[in-house]
Amino acid sequence: MELTVLVFLPAAAAVLVLLLPQRSEALAKYVALAGSLAALALSIYLFFDFDMGREGFQYAVKKDWVDIGSFNLQYHLGVDGLSLPLVVLTTFLTVASVLVSFSVTQRQRAYYAALLVLSTSVLGVFTALDFLLFFLFWELELFPMFLLIAIWGSGRKEYSATKFVLYTIAGSAFMLVGILVLAFSADTFNIVDLGQHGAFSDALFSERWIFLFLFVGFAVKLPIVPLHTWLPDAHSDAPTAVSVMLAGVLLKMGGYGIIRTCVTIMPGAADEYSIWFAAIGAASVLYGAFITLRQTDLKRLVAYSSVSHMGIVLLGIGALGSASLAGATYQMLAHGLITGLLFVMVGLMYERTHTREISRLGGLARQMPLITTGIVFAGFASLGLPALAGFIAEVTIFLGSFQRYEWAVLISIFGVVLSAGYILWMLQRVVFGPVRHEWDDLHDQQHWWEHSVVVGLAALVVLLGVYPALVFDRLQPAIDSIVMRVGS
Amino acid sequence: MSSLDIVGPQLAVLVAAGVVILIDALVPQQRRLLPYVALVGLAASAAWTTVWVARDDWQTAFGGTLALDQYSTFFYYLFAGITATVVLASIDWVNREGRGQGEYYALILTSCAGLMFLAAARDLITIFIALELSSIPQYILAGWGKDERSSEAGLKYLLLGAIASALLLYGMALLYGATGTTLLSEIRAAIEAGGEANRSLLVLAATLLIAGFGFKMAVVPFQMWVPDVYQGAPTPVAAYLSVGSKAAAFAVVTRIFFEALGARFLSDDWSNIFAVLAAVSMTLGNVMAIVQTDIKRMLGYSSIAQAGTFMIGLAAISASGHEFTLGASGVLLFLAAYAFTNLGAFVAVIAISQKIGSDQIKDYAGMWRRSPVLTVALSFCLVSLSGIPPTVGFWAKLYVFNAGIRADLAWLVIVGVLNSVISAYYYLGVARQMFVGEPESTEPVRTSPSLGLSLGVATLGVLVFGILPMPLISAAKDAAVIFGQH
Repeated sequence: MELTVLVFLPAAAAVLVLLLPQRSEALAKYVALAGSLAALALSIYLFFDFDMGREGFQYAVKKDWVDIGSFNLQYHLGVDGLSLPLVVLTTFLTVASVLVSFSVTQRQRAYYAALLVLSTSVLGVFTALDFLLFFLFWELELFPMFLLIAIWGSGRKEYSATKFVLYTIAGSAFMLVGILVLAFSADTFNIVDLGQHGAFSDALFSERWIFLFLFVGFAVKLPIVPLHTWLPDAHSDAPTAVSVMLAGVLLKMGGYGIIRTCVTIMPGAADEYSIWFAAIGAASVLYGAFITLRQTDLKRLVAYSSVSHMGIVLLGIGALGSASLAGATYQMLAHGLITGLLFVMVGLMYERTHTREISRLGGLARQMPLITTGIVFAGFASLGLPALAGFIAEVTIFLGSFQRYEWAVLISIFGVVLSAGYILWMLQRVVFGPVRHEWDDLHDQQHWWEHSVVVGLAALVVLLGVYPALVFDRLQPAIDSIVMRVGS
Repeated sequence: MSSLDIVGPQLAVLVAAGVVILIDALVPQQRRLLPYVALVGLAASAAWTTVWVARDDWQTAFGGTLALDQYSTFFYYLFAGITATVVLASIDWVNREGRGQGEYYALILTSCAGLMFLAAARDLITIFIALELSSIPQYILAGWGKDERSSEAGLKYLLLGAIASALLLYGMALLYGATGTTLLSEIRAAIEAGGEANRSLLVLAATLLIAGFGFKMAVVPFQMWVPDVYQGAPTPVAAYLSVGSKAAAFAVVTRIFFEALGARFLSDDWSNIFAVLAAVSMTLGNVMAIVQTDIKRMLGYSSIAQAGTFMIGLAAISASGHEFTLGASGVLLFLAAYAFTNLGAFVAVIAISQKIGSDQIKDYAGMWRRSPVLTVALSFCLVSLSGIPPTVGFWAKLYVFNAGIRADLAWLVIVGVLNSVISAYYYLGVARQMFVGEPESTEPVRTSPSLGLSLGVATLGVLVFGILPMPLISAAKDAAVIFGQH
């Protein structure tokens, strides 16, 4: 029950927003804020109410829904230590994206409705325990994303929105085939039951193929090189709030999907592909980092750095160790917060200067000290400064993967070194250096909503950096039960 | 008398057709009532069907040539609903056109009765007569418009339809020759008794049947007429053809093949033919749809591709055991889902083109600012056509794909899934135009109440059954029960 309320709270707020009459359009943002805050409060309550001593899924709901001829599809939600932190991340970033959208003036009701529906669909993905329900939520996310980028975006917004949708649909078509083949073999869509099914020897395709089909769908989302090209386009043309949601939680759906379904359901195949994961992960880290160095557009720079950071996640998943998988999940949380903050800062800057060309910026520290503080903090967090969230995550992954894939870890560490390069170089070119007088009349971060987003995100980055047990206590048991399956 | 009671649903529609003609001839000043008389007739037909469903007393009439069973009642409801929607969607157009109002509605109703007879027919001759009863009014209606395009459409449809009828008759004659009977149930018995002896004759007969009905189902390679007729015919008529006539053809093909020709040693042959036709139709229809600039032509090609997807259900005839009827129920579910979806799309197109006077997709740009409701409704229908949740089209596709997998047609399902991706490109392309394009004018596009009602019903069906599809699925399953287990 709690989860049903949580998942559909944002959607209910979206309906409310749409029902507002034209003349009270200005109220839309407050309704959206109230709805997303309520969801955040509920998810925080669940986070602390969660029983760490119990195995398996909690707050589960399960109802028969559709009978498609030979088996049942259920409305089945539940959370465990793996999904719960991601749920909180989603509700938190939803509040953040509503707040950074306060400056949006165009068609506000539709805008907030789309943002809230997006939140519902992501929450659904993280809590669904029926594979087809999972897929439905996965697809639902396309509608609001397409509209948000295509209508409220900038630049080649239509092109980017279409590219985003086509990549995702192409990936999810493979995923659907994988899901169906699995379900036809086991006669169930239940993710928990599928996980306990054992080998799928009588399926239409061999397990390795099923695994690949599912993996392609998730890999597009994660994204891995070479399926990543939609990401920089989508990011650079999306409005700030959408970039925050995209980098913050949508990419995590990919990583979560791999751990929750690919690895849990087909541990044997995961073990076979393990070395490929490590190799692709390391390649993504390195390639992403090199490409990032060459970016001239601020948003594309952050976007490509995401490719690099998500490569580390894939490396952690590939090593299939208890620490490496927990680290991978932690990295998803850390990256969600840090990159979210980076996009917020870039967005605030863009709102004032109306350019993201790095070469046109410079010396902004003088004109915008607060924004500069924020972006420097976010940059340091991104390059893995100790005592901040990203550091914990990366160290855990590297330590956890080192034994199995020494070489991949070494390559990835080099990628992290490069990240220090591109972040510091970006900071030097954008906020330091000689003052440009064309930006003299611009004001600094000034509204309460801007302050609260930046402070809130930064506080969480610090909290996760100094008190990782908050998450690990819940996460580790769930990860261990998955790792046990791989071992057996 | 009891035979008449059994064909009551058809009679109600035919009587309404007569009343429409009489009112038109005797009290012409009351012409505006005509569509409502038609709607009352259709409602009466549905009520009569409901009485039979409530009685749960299934029987045959006229010496076993017409059946009143779960299967035919499913289609009675479907055809009454489709025709009612088309009548509602026609009101504006017919009023504007002015002439022959009585004839227009009477022809639609007559054709609807023909469709209902088709769904109930269990005898080759009855099938043929019912097919002509439904087709001849359609030929006239396709040529109803005043422009050259419409005349061309009518003529083309008539000529190709005549060829198809000839092929069909030839196939029926061969089937009769091979089995010595025209009743579907006896044909089955004769085939099973005769064993493999007549195999080649049966295959030839069935191929001709598929060719004849393939024209009405609008599958490749019998699809040439589709884009021209859809584009040229009045849009409400095109909607009727794309949904009603196609559904009836699938209804009768499903019945013939599952009931008469479902014998184990033959079903693999059918399965292969249907599977190939399905794969080719889906692929060709979708690829051709991509390049269309006229939305009615695009919907024409899309309907070819959709027919290919239904056909996966027919190809699943080779499944055995309790999964035998899965393919048939999949076809039924898909037909119902497609009826809601395609009617919704066509009604939206009617409403939009009435205002902007164009069927060009590029003129749909920025429609969101001119009519948000129409845009959202049409978008949901397009999304449903491409089979993306949460719409009824998704469940239909899933169900049919499931049937395909159970019949060991994994390759066909993969072709189907890939085609869904292709189709999403052009369906969503229209949606994209409407949401993000720049409108040429900002004048709002308003809909009349009758169009609004029909669009509302169709879109609501797409969404409600998209979230809670069980009633529709159960209905399709119940209807397919008559094919039993093999």
